[in-house]
Amino acid sequence: MKYKSQKVAYWFFALSMLLIVLQITYGFIMGFAHMGFDGLHNIIPFNAARATHNNLLVVWLLSGFMGAAYYIIPEEAQQELVSVKLAYVQLITLALVGVTAVIGFHFNWWEGRKFLEIPRELDFLVVINVITFLGIILATLFKGKKQSTTAMVLTMGLVFAALLYLPGMIWFDNQGMDSFFRWWVVHLWVEGVWELIMGGILAFLLIKLTGVDREVIEKWLYVIVGLTFLSGILGTGHHYYYIGAPEYWLIIGGIFSALEPLAFLGMALFAIHMYRKGGRNHPNKTALFWTLGSAIVSFVGAGLLGLAHTLPQVNMYTHGTLVTAMHGHLAFWGAYGMIVFAMISYALPQLTGRKLYNTVTGLYGFWLSLIGMVGMTTAFGVAGVAQVYLERRIGLDFMVAQQEIEVHFLVLVLCATIFATGITMFIIDFVRYGQPNDEALIGEDEVNSLENA
Amino acid sequence: MLSKKQAKAFFLGGTVLFSAIFLALSVETVTSSMPEKTNDSQITEAVVRGKEIWDSNNCMGCHTILGEGAYYAPELTRVYSRKGESYIKTVLMAKEPWAPRGRKMVAYALSEEEANDAVAFFKWINEMDLNGFPPEPDPALSK
Repeated sequence: MKYKSQKVAYWFFALSMLLIVLQITYGFIMGFAHMGFDGLHNIIPFNAARATHNNLLVVWLLSGFMGAAYYIIPEEAQQELVSVKLAYVQLITLALVGVTAVIGFHFNWWEGRKFLEIPRELDFLVVINVITFLGIILATLFKGKKQSTTAMVLTMGLVFAALLYLPGMIWFDNQGMDSFFRWWVVHLWVEGVWELIMGGILAFLLIKLTGVDREVIEKWLYVIVGLTFLSGILGTGHHYYYIGAPEYWLIIGGIFSALEPLAFLGMALFAIHMYRKGGRNHPNKTALFWTLGSAIVSFVGAGLLGLAHTLPQVNMYTHGTLVTAMHGHLAFWGAYGMIVFAMISYALPQLTGRKLYNTVTGLYGFWLSLIGMVGMTTAFGVAGVAQVYLERRIGLDFMVAQQEIEVHFLVLVLCATIFATGITMFIIDFVRYGQPNDEALIGEDEVNSLENA
Repeated sequence: MLSKKQAKAFFLGGTVLFSAIFLALSVETVTSSMPEKTNDSQITEAVVRGKEIWDSNNCMGCHTILGEGAYYAPELTRVYSRKGESYIKTVLMAKEPWAPRGRKMVAYALSEEEANDAVAFFKWINEMDLNGFPPEPDPALSK
């Protein structure tokens, strides 16, 4: 690492690792409940497990994005973070708010709005926390020697993500309106501004790992995030088909959702092309695997599997079924989980000075988690299609159909075990790296020579 | 060949243009079409209290409504016409977990008044125009 303050990133990554373990644990509780084993019902009913699973996902990804920003922005702006102390305060408060929310879920303290279950009182603390984070990032960026495109796109994504949280805090008496604005947060995050964050991190990693000229990478970054907004903003319409919104959203949502995979295809082709074009043989192959993997898997999970059920004629039957869970799992993992893992894989050797490149655990961590997640996605897909047919087409009672598809949750839990094994291996490597230290500080020349080694 | 400046113009121009279209359509939706299709004028105080019960107990954490939720328990958009008022009240007022075919629901043990509010909420949802959702099953397939 070049700047001492980049060490803050490590602790955000560590928080991410802790929270993903908890998230997976609650995923298992839900998987077993779907199979009929709900022995924990009295202390952790399904809705508590579900809210915990979803919100931990959001918080560990945000913690990963924040860690990435604390690592990338000083390096891009050529400037130490303006306040390391404040960054640590922000980390601790983020963790405290997250933990309080999760505990609250177990005591019926929440807002029953999917992905935005955090109670209103805590929402205000989240806002203060995020303003603190953005204050540090923006002050560092504009105090720095330069404002690169990569840093600007990443920062723009973070600022918009914060702004878009606000519509989710408005109360509506009308359930349809409530849903309409809830998607301003959820959809415009994951199929909009979070892609700016992903694009910014991806561009940074490609510049570092492939050695391709920054100008070339950043030019294509603009094209990709342009495609993302071109398709993603009006693509929000696919959430408006059946919630009481007018019929024109069927046409608009259908057309622009069909374009959404283009942005992800662009992302995948961009990453692969830059890798092939790059002359740099960076020793950190694990980081390269995660980087290219993220670009490719996001195309399959978010792009193709999204398209699989966003046409209105299809969505009429799949809306509100496990088909959505199929798409959701691979999309979140590919686009956001894997890019956070890519960033961590790249940053750890730089932060700690330990060059544990390409370990067996690191390699197995990548492949097992990927294979496990693809298996889980397949299990959700089979269960979802069967549910659509039995419940929506034939008209079987909900629970009759659920019992017919229970067996697919056995496959899901088995694949989740493979996934969890992969994550465990990644975390073993994380621990082996140890904590960041000042001995890892190196100058620009040394960075270049290492990267060109 | 595309320059970086042109790429930036494509990104910024496209973002502004499509955001503007999205905002214009959103304004139309929430001020005109949606209130009409969702019978906004028929939202009574009882419906609002019912929604508060729905939200504060995170019912969406198991059920789905308007097709949104958690896929663990039944879709409730048309539950009022499918199951009727007395069935809904019985489930919500039950002091032991309701467990159709073994899958347990939290025993909310609502009071009569609260159950009435929840029913008012479901009745209002039941009347919404949802562009054909949920779809009717095909009787020929079940034979």
